[in-house]
Amino acid sequence: MSSIGTGYDLYTTSYSPDGRVFQVEYAGKAVESSGTAVGVRCKDGVVLGFEKLVISKMLVEGSSRRLLTVDDHVGMAVSGLLADGRQLVNRARDEAASYKEFYGEPIPGKVLAERVAGFVHAYTMYWSVRPFGASVLIGGVDKDGPFLWMIEPSGLTYNYFGCAIGKGKQPAKVEMEKIKLNETTCREVLKEVARIIHSVHDDVKDKDFELELSWICEESGWKHKMVPKELAQQAEEEAKKALEEDMDDE
Amino acid sequence: MFRNQYDTDVTTWSPQGRIHQVEYAMEAVKQGSACVGVKSKTHAVLTALKRSTNDMSSYQKKIFKVDEHMGIAISGLTADARSLCMYMRTECLQHKYVYESPVPVQRLVIDIADKCQGCTQSASARPYGVGLLVAGMDQTGPHVYYNCPSGNYYEYKAMTIGARSQAAKTYLEKHFASFENLELKDLVKHALTALKETSQNGDINAKNASVAIVGIDHPFTTYDEENVQQFIDLLDKDEISEGATKTETDTAMQE
Amino acid sequence: MKTKPVAEPSTRTQQPIVTGTGVLGIKYNGGVMLACDTLGSYGSLARFRTVKRLEKVGDFTVVGASGDLSDFQKISSMLREMSTSDSAYDDGCNMTPRDIHQYLGRVMYNRRNKFDPLWNELVVAGFRDGKPFLGAVDLIGTMYEDDIIATSFGNYVCLPLMRKAGTNLSKEEAKQVMENCLRVLYYRNTKSSTKIQIATVSAEGVEIGEPFEISTYWGYSAFQHTEYHGKRL
Repeated sequence: MSSIGTGYDLYTTSYSPDGRVFQVEYAGKAVESSGTAVGVRCKDGVVLGFEKLVISKMLVEGSSRRLLTVDDHVGMAVSGLLADGRQLVNRARDEAASYKEFYGEPIPGKVLAERVAGFVHAYTMYWSVRPFGASVLIGGVDKDGPFLWMIEPSGLTYNYFGCAIGKGKQPAKVEMEKIKLNETTCREVLKEVARIIHSVHDDVKDKDFELELSWICEESGWKHKMVPKELAQQAEEEAKKALEEDMDDE
Repeated sequence: MFRNQYDTDVTTWSPQGRIHQVEYAMEAVKQGSACVGVKSKTHAVLTALKRSTNDMSSYQKKIFKVDEHMGIAISGLTADARSLCMYMRTECLQHKYVYESPVPVQRLVIDIADKCQGCTQSASARPYGVGLLVAGMDQTGPHVYYNCPSGNYYEYKAMTIGARSQAAKTYLEKHFASFENLELKDLVKHALTALKETSQNGDINAKNASVAIVGIDHPFTTYDEENVQQFIDLLDKDEISEGATKTETDTAMQE
Repeated sequence: MKTKPVAEPSTRTQQPIVTGTGVLGIKYNGGVMLACDTLGSYGSLARFRTVKRLEKVGDFTVVGASGDLSDFQKISSMLREMSTSDSAYDDGCNMTPRDIHQYLGRVMYNRRNKFDPLWNELVVAGFRDGKPFLGAVDLIGTMYEDDIIATSFGNYVCLPLMRKAGTNLSKEEAKQVMENCLRVLYYRNTKSSTKIQIATVSAEGVEIGEPFEISTYWGYSAFQHTEYHGKRL
């Protein structure tokens, strides 16, 4: 990044001489230092997971949620600045509500993702604003089945089978590629998501974390819900056991 | 001289993915005198240390009532706090008008957080320079939230903000686990003891301390001047150093 | 001399178009019950036979409506949107039946102040924290709570019958009262039908039954001897 500090990276409206928009890349850096979000699209639904780094032991458990509900059938995982991400969730909620009001049916994943992405993109276009320091996973089920989209601070959005954002995205992706996502069920994949998040968590640099798990599948009534406590705990224990076994093998 | 080029605009990201202007706004919170917020199963309590600029001036108000079920303690730019407080009061009234019920605490806290976030993303505004400790009561019990200029909000069992709050934080971290089942009087005592840690000369009295309580069958009430003496008296009976060591052995025994 | 063309006055809804008639609400031991028929009348024409006029809102509330059905569809969509965003918070603070009643009161009153009312009489039934709730709102924003409520023509025909039955009823007894009231309403009201729907709200939650037919009996001598109609006997 030879152009850093040469004055071409101070505003969203500046290109560098080699055609890059640095401010958007810097916003992406905010995501890379945040907890990891993992989303998996299975054959029967979608599972979202988040490694919520706990900044104080005096926090109330379950507060500052990172997995939020957009509409009955859509959930969103926010990695990066939560305050920025919440704006995207709010926007997504508005889009979902207005679509339902207008067309009388739930918003399809693709439409929602593209509308929110358009909103994100607008913040890369003007001098008076800054890009969002958050990436989001949008997971849900519409009439075509389960969907999973990811939106970057640039406003780009892609459709995924499995996706990870945040600090541990690289190793998480490697782990995810080992699972046959199309053939597994949400139930089965819970412990995999738990395992991936536990495995990418850096015990040395980051102290404690809370694992958030949510899903949309038949068991949740096709609604975006946090995974019931017992199930989530069970998944987490199985994940820890699997990780210990891996360690023993090595 | 080295000058950070990335810290003059709220709309500029630094190469590390930070927004310095927001971080500076968070520094403003540390300039204000300290506030403490704690909660038990039944009550939420705020305490705050008031300052006066000179002997002839009155003490600057630190705790504001928002509604019957909620209030805030503030640290940072008081003028910013007053405008946020006005917004909160209006929202509470609006909610009461539409639904005839008090607004759930977290929903108003999120509203405030979203409002704060808006000022961190637009060149035409500056971030709010104030931190709020929100104490409130709703269907789900008592709550203490911290609203940060960055647009983040956190729910705490015990929290403190403002100048020298680190000392109070250390105290709270040592004791917060026992707060859940405390009687109101003991909870207030802890909140005041924590506050005392932040006082420059170790002195808190009816003049410079404020207490506010909200809880089950206890609408949000602030206690100042002669009304706060009853709580100050709780402390005097039991010297702080002594009290601290005693509870320390208590927790050690529990472990 | 030329006269300036006078602009037409702006107009507002001055009557309902497709309408539903009486909604009945009654508290019984352990819950609240709403009942109404499923007819959508176009004037006195029985235009739509199966229109559902009971709407579930959140987990503890049902709203029933008489009056203009398209206005009620608008109200329903507002309530659905509100309950979606309410549950999206997932913070354990859900809207109570009383919240919803008050909200509807504000909406109706606001609209009537614009001289553009939503032409309905609404009944809100709910059950929360072990307590039943039954309230009504009308098109000018009047709100009240009671143990028995009947709207529209039901107010005249059914309310005395319900008052007689009282509220110390089992669920089954309450259902009998509702069926009987709607039967009598059908005998007396050209805009009623025999296809009815019953909803209950209790500690177990909301249950909206499917529409079903109630029986009628036209063999009463008063029905047979029409020459006496309208005469004091």
